[in-house]
Amino acid sequence: MTALQAHDLWKYYGDFAALQKVGFEFAAGSCVALLGRNGAGKTTLLRILAGLSQASEGEVRILDGNPRQASVRSRIGIIGHGIGIYDDLSAEENLLTFARLYAVANPAKAVDHWLERTDLARVRRGKAREFSRGMRQRLAIARAFIHSPNFLILDEPFTSLDDRAIALLQGLLKDALHQGATVVLSTHQLKEALELASHVLLLNRGKLAFSGVRTAEMLANPGWVYQHYGEAA
Amino acid sequence: MRDKIIYGAGIFAALYFVRNLYVILLQLPDEAMQGAVYRIFFFHLPPYFTAVACFLGAAIASGLYLKTKNWKYDVFAVSATEVGLALAAINLVTGMIWGRQQWGIWWTWDARLTSALITWLIYLGYLMLREGIKDPSERAKNSAVLSIFAFFAVYFTYKANEWYRTQHPGPVLTIRTGKNTIDPAMQAMLFHNLGAFLLLAVVLVAVRMNLENSQRAVESLRRRAHAIA
Amino acid sequence: MTYFNQVFAIAGKDLRSELRTKEALNASLSFAVVILLLFSFVVDPDSEMLEQMSGGLLWMVFAFSGVLILNRGFARELPNDCLDALIASPIPGSALFFGKAIANFALIAIIEAICFPVFGILYNLTWTAQLPVLVAVSALATWAMATLGTMFGALTVNMQLRELMLPMLIYPMLIPALMSAMQLTTLLVAGQAIDSEHIIWLRVLIAFDIIFTSLAAVLVETVLVG
Repeated sequence: MTALQAHDLWKYYGDFAALQKVGFEFAAGSCVALLGRNGAGKTTLLRILAGLSQASEGEVRILDGNPRQASVRSRIGIIGHGIGIYDDLSAEENLLTFARLYAVANPAKAVDHWLERTDLARVRRGKAREFSRGMRQRLAIARAFIHSPNFLILDEPFTSLDDRAIALLQGLLKDALHQGATVVLSTHQLKEALELASHVLLLNRGKLAFSGVRTAEMLANPGWVYQHYGEAA
Repeated sequence: MRDKIIYGAGIFAALYFVRNLYVILLQLPDEAMQGAVYRIFFFHLPPYFTAVACFLGAAIASGLYLKTKNWKYDVFAVSATEVGLALAAINLVTGMIWGRQQWGIWWTWDARLTSALITWLIYLGYLMLREGIKDPSERAKNSAVLSIFAFFAVYFTYKANEWYRTQHPGPVLTIRTGKNTIDPAMQAMLFHNLGAFLLLAVVLVAVRMNLENSQRAVESLRRRAHAIA
Repeated sequence: MTYFNQVFAIAGKDLRSELRTKEALNASLSFAVVILLLFSFVVDPDSEMLEQMSGGLLWMVFAFSGVLILNRGFARELPNDCLDALIASPIPGSALFFGKAIANFALIAIIEAICFPVFGILYNLTWTAQLPVLVAVSALATWAMATLGTMFGALTVNMQLRELMLPMLIYPMLIPALMSAMQLTTLLVAGQAIDSEHIIWLRVLIAFDIIFTSLAAVLVETVLVG
C-alpha cells in the first residue's frame, strides 16, 4: 500500500519557489533519506508532509489521507529542529500531555513504557529544564513515539545527538520499520541515515534531483548521491 | 488601457469635486442655525460612508482570500483599508473643525466621534500588523483574519457607543434629527458629494493596488537575485 | 470526549506551567495593585465620584494587567518549537484555542479574585452585595478578554514586536465588552441589581462573547497552519 505520495508540489514564499514540482511515491515500510544542501528545501518539504504548512500547489497524501486530517495526524510522529518539549513540565507531565493530545488509549501506561524505553524512568519527575542535552533529546524521542506512530517524519534527527541517543533512535526506527512503519528523515549525517534507508531523495534548490533505491554503493560511499546528482559547484 | 481608465476616472472625480465645491460654496443657502460653517458637513459625512464601504470591501476580500488564496484579494484588502483609513481620518478632522467652530470644543466624547476614533484605531492596528509580518503569505493570511474581526468589532463598537453615549447626552446635535427637515438642495448635494468621494475612493484604491503590485514584483525580483547570488 | 480531553490537556499544561513559575501572574498582580494604589491620587477616595467610577477603575486595572498574562499565551509555545509539536498533533485548532483561552481566563480570574477585595479594602467599599451577579458579569467580560487575547496571540505569535502589537490590537476591539463590564460593575458594586435600563449591557456582553468566540474558533486553525 502506498504510504506516501506527493504530486507536483510547489511551495512559494511570496514569489520565491522553495519547492518546484516535487513528486514521489513510496510504499509502506520504506525508509526515505532526504538529502540536500542547506536551503535546498528539505525542511519546507518535511513541514508540508507533517501538516505544519500547506503546499501552494500540488497534493500530498500520507497513509492515503490528507496530512491535515486528524486521523492521519494521530499516526504521524515528528521530530523537528526544535525538540518540542516543555521546559517547565516534568518528563512525565510532558509525555502525559502529548499522550492525551494523541488520544492514546492508556496514557499512564504508555508514559511508563516510554520512560523506561528511553531510560528516563529515574528522572520522570524532574523538570525538563534541568535535564542534560542527551536527556532532553531522549525525551523528545519518547514524545515522538508515545502514540506508536506508523509514519515518522524526522528533520535532521541525528544532529547533535550523543552516542546513546543515536543508538536509541536507530533501534527504535529499525523496530518501527520492521512493524511496517514508514520513515522520512532529512539528514546531513549520511552514514547513520543511509544505514537505515531503503530509498534516497535528493533536493537541489527546490527541485528533485534524484529519487531512487538506496544501493550498496551509496552505503559504501555516502557522498555518492551528491557526487553524481548534486550541484555542479 | 486600465491605467487610462483610472486616470480618466480620477480626472472626472476631480472635476466632480470642483463642481460640488462651487455649488457648496456659492449656491447653497446658509443653514438656519449654524450659518456658513455647516458646509463642512459635506466633507464630513460622505467620507465616513465611503470609509465604511472600503472597510466592508476589505473584509469581504479578506474572506475571499482565505478561501481561494488568490493574491489579488489580499492586494485589494490592504489598498481598500488604507484608503478607508485616510477617509476616516478626514471624517475625524472635519468633525473636529466643525465642533470647534460650532461649539468651541475640539473634541467631545459623543457616540459617533468615539466610535469613529475607535474604528480608526482598529484599522491602524491592521496596518501595523501587516508591517510587522515579513513573509507575504503569513502577512496576507493573518491580516485577512484580522480584517474580518475588525469589521465585526466596528459594528459592535458603533452600536455599543450609541447606547452608551445617548444615556449621557452631550452638546453635539445628532445629525439625523436635522435630516428630516433638510433642504432638498442640501440633501441632493450630500448625495453628489458622496458620489464624488466614492469615485475618488475607487481611483485611490486602484492606484494603491498598482503600487502594491509593483512593490511585490520588486520584492520578488530581489529575492530571486539573492537566490542566484 | 477526546475533544474535551484535548482541551483540558492544553489548559492543564498551560496552567501548570504558569502556576509553577508564576512569572506572568506576579507581574500582572503587582501591576494591578500599583494601579489601584495610584488611582487613589486621581480621585478622592472618600468622594461619591468613586462610586460612579468603581467599574471603570476595576476594568481598566483588569484590562491592563490582563494583557501581561495574554502576552504569554502563545509565546510559551515558542521555545523548543513546541507550537509545531502542537499543530502536528491531532488536536483540532478550535480545541487548542479553547484550551488556551480557558487557561488565560483562569489566570485573569485569579487576578480579579485578588483585586476585588484589595479594592474594597483600599477604598472602604463593600462590594459583595450583588456577589453572584458580579461574578457572572466578571466571568463574561473576562472571557471576552481571553477570547480576543488568545486569538490575537495566535496572530502575533511570530512577530518581533508581539508585546506591543497585542495590546494595540486587543484594546480597541475590546471596548464594547469593557464598556458593558464597567457599566454593570459600577452598578453591582454599589449594591444595585441590574434594572431594565442597564440590561442592554448584559446583552452586549453576551452577544460579544458568542460572536467573537465563534469567529475565533473557526479562524484559528487557518492562522496557525502556514
